[in-house]
Amino acid sequence: MEKILKINDLHVSVGDKEILKGISLTVKPDEIHAIMGPNGNGKSTLLKAIMGHPAYTVTSGTITFDDEDVLAMSVDERSRKGLFLAMQYPKEISGVTNSDFLRAAINARNEKPISLFKFIKEIDKGIKTLKMKDDLAHRFVNDGFSGGEMKRNEILQMMMIKPELAMLDEIDSGLDVDAIKLVADAALKLKEETKLGLMVVSHYERFFSLMKPTHAHVIVDGKIVVEGDAELVEKIDTDGYDWLYEELKIKPLKEERPMVYSLGTCARNKRNVNE
Amino acid sequence: MKNDKILESQDDYKYDFKDEDVTIYNTGKGLTEDVVRAISKAKDEPDWMLDIRLKAYHKFVEMSLPSFGPDLSEINFNDFTYFKRPSTAVESKWDKVPETIKNTFEKLKIPESEQKFLAGVSTQYESEVVYHNMLKEVEEKGVLFYDTDTALKKCPEIVKEYFGKIVSYADNKFAALNTAVWSGGSFIYVPKGVKLEKPLQSYFRINSELMGQFERTLIICDDDSDLHYVEGCTAPKYSNDSLHAAVVEIFVKKNAKCRYSTVQNWSPNIINLVTKRTLVEENGVMEWIDGNVGSHLNMKYPACVLAGKGAKGVCISIAVASNSQFQDAGAKMIHLAPDTSSTIISKSLSRRGGKVNYRGLVSIGPKAFNSRAKVECDTLILDDISSSDTIPTNIVSNNTSTIEHEATVSKISEEQLFYLMSRGLSEEEATQMIILGFIEPFTRELPMEYAVELNQLLKINMEGSIG
Repeated sequence: MEKILKINDLHVSVGDKEILKGISLTVKPDEIHAIMGPNGNGKSTLLKAIMGHPAYTVTSGTITFDDEDVLAMSVDERSRKGLFLAMQYPKEISGVTNSDFLRAAINARNEKPISLFKFIKEIDKGIKTLKMKDDLAHRFVNDGFSGGEMKRNEILQMMMIKPELAMLDEIDSGLDVDAIKLVADAALKLKEETKLGLMVVSHYERFFSLMKPTHAHVIVDGKIVVEGDAELVEKIDTDGYDWLYEELKIKPLKEERPMVYSLGTCARNKRNVNE
Repeated sequence: MKNDKILESQDDYKYDFKDEDVTIYNTGKGLTEDVVRAISKAKDEPDWMLDIRLKAYHKFVEMSLPSFGPDLSEINFNDFTYFKRPSTAVESKWDKVPETIKNTFEKLKIPESEQKFLAGVSTQYESEVVYHNMLKEVEEKGVLFYDTDTALKKCPEIVKEYFGKIVSYADNKFAALNTAVWSGGSFIYVPKGVKLEKPLQSYFRINSELMGQFERTLIICDDDSDLHYVEGCTAPKYSNDSLHAAVVEIFVKKNAKCRYSTVQNWSPNIINLVTKRTLVEENGVMEWIDGNVGSHLNMKYPACVLAGKGAKGVCISIAVASNSQFQDAGAKMIHLAPDTSSTIISKSLSRRGGKVNYRGLVSIGPKAFNSRAKVECDTLILDDISSSDTIPTNIVSNNTSTIEHEATVSKISEEQLFYLMSRGLSEEEATQMIILGFIEPFTRELPMEYAVELNQLLKINMEGSIG
């Protein structure tokens, strides 16, 4: 049976603030969904909520995968069911080698542990495909990695874990043109082999033009305001979002970035106030 | 000493041992001057050793408990037996070893004969082949490797030259106690220019007194020699006697190198108060690799006195405190000569209400020009009921030297957990992975089999600690 991800009227809050205000979406195997929209309007929130990030509270709505209630599952159960999130900011785990981490991840979903031989063969293949450094297996997870290396490492994990539905959260940012192509090719190859379903968040038309999405959704202020296919992606790339705002008479939320304070600036601000 | 003599002495020792099995001798509870005399007499020691023991005993009575660290006032010194002649008859006490310890042995898949050895109820670990192979290499190179009691008989002149010379009996109350009543421990003399390829391990020393409460270890690495000594093992050591006060003295001569690796995992009733110190001469290198997992209360600060030009000291340690455990551990680096350098890396972990302190001293003296010291202490606190303090003392007394100090305290981050769990690891597996990663700078320094054992042990310890 086809494993389908169904999201229905999903509302998600962070703390007291509602970010997603009723999202409905269905992703089938072998489909590629582009998730678009201005920054700070809920794209990453949607992906993290599907994966079960503890900071994101689902207040109402449902998510099912293969007809099972995803919201009732812990993060690791979701992963073992076949969901995968390639993160925008992967975490570093110092002292833990990529090899140990990946083997634990693969073994978590298999009855029998993967043989060392098979593991080394697969990781070497992945390293070559993504043109990563040879010593990757022995380096600590994301420790001292460049932005580009981290992103490739996410894709390497995806290739080895072989999920059934993968979410790529700005996987192309921090990558140069050649690397973007490597990553897109690797994702498409996996899709071809395994009928992987994909949800892709990106700001760059370049990545979408390589990925060729079958569906596109634009999220503004926590709602999907327009849906379409590859053409919609192209139109947004050429014209931006303004036509949409006018047509639908809506306003995007401005992205809230946490203010960066340093002792120096606080002190200076205070002096300014006194002056 | 000739090679054949070493073998002979070991055989003697084993033989002796069987002889003594018939009678179990002990001095009864409490400590008096008569007890000290009785210990020395039972061991048939030279007068000079009795003199030191007696001086140390009077110092012990005089001295007060340490003014820092955990409260030791609960210790009633009259509750303990200070000397027991070992006997294989103790094997019958296997029944008395707590189930929890036995279960851990089971989980570590330690064979029963070895379990009994580790539990202190058996005196002989059946690994004589390994033991003899190791002994052969040692013999061929002229290294002396005995338990300290035997050393006092076989090479009294060397023991006399070094005993108490870097840890004086007047150093602290527990060094005084140890000097007064010591038994067992390891003695190693590595001759000039001898480099031992493989680590020397106490694990295989056939000696009931390995389990002693008041071990006295004396290691001398002569000029240009190289030794890696591994003391103890990661499996839990059970002992009925709850007060342990060991002294380890190490002398690293010119251009010599010594590494002393240990992971102590005493059972949770033990109060462990250890004085470990090395005198490092010109261009010598001393490395303490010191792991503290077990015991109820632990005070241990391995020290290097960098007395020769260019001497180097390293201490890499972990302390893990769970439940009601209190680990007060750290390191001391005393720079006395120019161009000396030291590194302290300390990893502390507290969970389930444990308390773990880093207490360290780095002192660069007025004559220790152009010296460098680096201290890095990281603490991971796993829950809200556990705690940790970092108590460093850093002193530089000249203008050409530097001390670098870095300290971090952290919790397991939600983001790290989410990351690992999103790849299918359970919360427990993810937490374990983060913890093992945190102490990796320590485990990487251990011989492979010890590193594997330590990781296994910590995993077992953490079972059921989540959720």
